[in-house]
Amino acid sequence: MSQENRIPVAPIWGYEDTSRIPFWAYTSEDIHKQELEKFFYKDHWCYVGLEAEIPQPGDFKRTVIGERSVIMVRHEDNSIYVVENVCAHRGMRFCREKNGNAKSFTCPYHQWNYDLEGNLQGVPFRRGVKQDGKVKGGMSKDFKTSDHGLTKLLVAERGGVVFASFDHSVESFENFLGPTMLFYYDRMFNGRKLTLLGYNKQRIPGNWKLMQENIKDPYHPGLLHTWFVTFGLWRADNRSELKMDEHFRHAAMISTRGSGGKDTQTTNVSSFKESMQLNDPSFLDVDVEPWWDGPTAVMMTLFPSVILQQQVNSVSTRHIQPNGHGSFDFVWTHFGYEDDTPEMTERRLRQANLFGPAGFVSADDGEVIEFSQQGFEQKPFHRSLAELGGKGIEETDHMVSETLIRGMYAYWRKVMGV
Amino acid sequence: MNTESYLKLIQFYQNYAAMVDQEHWNAWLDMFAEDCIYKVQARENHDRKLPMAALSLTSKGMLKDRIYGITETIFHDPYKQLHMVSSPLIMSESNNIIESQAHYTVFRTKNDGMAEVYNIGRYIDRLRVTDDGIQIESRLCIFDNEMILNSMIYPI
Repeated sequence: MSQENRIPVAPIWGYEDTSRIPFWAYTSEDIHKQELEKFFYKDHWCYVGLEAEIPQPGDFKRTVIGERSVIMVRHEDNSIYVVENVCAHRGMRFCREKNGNAKSFTCPYHQWNYDLEGNLQGVPFRRGVKQDGKVKGGMSKDFKTSDHGLTKLLVAERGGVVFASFDHSVESFENFLGPTMLFYYDRMFNGRKLTLLGYNKQRIPGNWKLMQENIKDPYHPGLLHTWFVTFGLWRADNRSELKMDEHFRHAAMISTRGSGGKDTQTTNVSSFKESMQLNDPSFLDVDVEPWWDGPTAVMMTLFPSVILQQQVNSVSTRHIQPNGHGSFDFVWTHFGYEDDTPEMTERRLRQANLFGPAGFVSADDGEVIEFSQQGFEQKPFHRSLAELGGKGIEETDHMVSETLIRGMYAYWRKVMGV
Repeated sequence: MNTESYLKLIQFYQNYAAMVDQEHWNAWLDMFAEDCIYKVQARENHDRKLPMAALSLTSKGMLKDRIYGITETIFHDPYKQLHMVSSPLIMSESNNIIESQAHYTVFRTKNDGMAEVYNIGRYIDRLRVTDDGIQIESRLCIFDNEMILNSMIYPI
C-alpha cells in the first residue's frame, strides 16, 4: 500500500498491524508536535532526575520534559518540586545554570521572584511609584500574585528517582508502570540511596522513538555489537525474557549471560573471533550483586522518556530529550549505591566504558539511529519491518523477537489515533 | 625548563596530534607508559569532581583493547580527525616529571561532508621524560562540548 504518489505523505497507517511502521512516523514535524503533547505533556510520567543530584535543601537541577525546560528543586522541608522554567511575566527561560543552590528563583528581566514551589512572591513596582504626592503606574488593582506562579508539575519519587508530569490528572506513577515493570523498577531502586557518578551526553540526529525501539530490539545486540558477542556479554541463546506492561508501552529485556567464548551457535557475526581475549580483562571484571536475583542485564524502556539500564555492574538512567522530529539529546546519568565499596565504584566506572557515546557497545547504536533517520527522510512514503517472532504482540522467553516494538506501536497508534 | 626541553615537549604534543590524525594507532600506543591513564571526560563532570568519563582507560592493556574496538568491532560512520593543539603550558617540572596542559580543537570530516568542530578542550597531562623520549603517564582530555556529536570512536 504505497503512498509513493502522495506527497506530502498523509498520516495513514495503511498496514494491518504494527509489523510495518510507516516512515512518516519519524519524519513529520506535525506528528512530532502531537507526540510531545500526547506523550510527554499529558497522561504520562516523564523522568527528571535522581534525588542524589539535589541532596541539600535549595539544590536544583535544570532539565527538560519533551522540549519544555523544567527545574527540579529540593525544598527546605526536603520534598521535591518540579516547576517549568518559564517566567509567568514575559515568558523568559530565566534559569540559566544547569544546577546550583537557591533560596528562591528570580527572573533577571524584571526581578519577578518565586519561591521554590513556584509561587510568585513579589513583583517590583507592584504599587507603582510615588511622585509629586501621587502614585503612578503599578499593576492593576486586581493583580494577584497567586494567579501568576510558575507552572507546577506533579512529582513522583520512588527509590531515589524523580518523575514529573505537566498533567495533574495523570494516574499514579505505580499504575503508570504497572505491576510487571514495577517489579523490575523496584529491583534496581530498592530503597538504597543512590550515589551520582556523573554524566555522558550525546546529540543523536534521529527521531527520539528510535532510541526506545533500540532498547526494545533484542535482534540487534548480538549482530551489531560485535564487542558484546566477542567477549561473551550477549548471546542469542542466553536465558532471557521480554516483558511488557498491559498497554505495551513499557518493556523490559531481561537476560542472564552464559559462559561466552566458543560454545555453539553463538553468533552470526562474521568478524567474530573465537580466540579473542581482552588485554585488560578488568573491563569485564563482573561481580555478581545480591539485588540482581539472577539476571545479569535488565534493560527497561519507560515510555516515552527514559531507559533504565542494568548491564552487569553498570547502572544508569538514559534520558531522551527530543529536539525536533529528527534529533534528540541522550543524557546518561551513571550512579552507584550508598553501600558500594571503592572497588565496586571502580568496577562500575570501568564497565561504563562499554556504554555512552564512546562505548564499546553503545557508540554504534547512535550511529545506526542516525543512518535509519537518513533512510526515512529520503523515502518518507515507505515503511520499516518488525516481523521477527511473528506479527503479534506477546511476551516471550527468548530474544528472537521484535514483539516489543510491535507493542510500542500498537500503543502509539491508539494514543495518536492513527 | 630550558629551550631545548621545551622544544622537545612541543614536538611531543604535535607528534601526538599527527599520529592520532593519521590513525597510526601503534605509534599512539607507544606514546604511553605501561602504567598509564587516558580519559576523555566532559568538563561538567571534571569541574563537579564526578568521576564518570566518556572513556576511562587505566592501563596500556585497555588502550590496546580500545584500538581493537576501533579497528575491529565498533560499527561507525567513517570520519577523519584533525587536531589543532596549542603550545603547552608548563604547570610543574621535577624529577623527570612534567605536568603540563594544552588546548586542543578537533575537527571532524565525514565522507561527503564538510569539516565541523567536533570536540574542543584541554589536555591535562603528566609526562615522564626518559632516555627514549617523553611518555604519557596520564592524559585527561577535558572537553567543553555539552553534547558529543552522536558518537566518539577515535581517541582525542
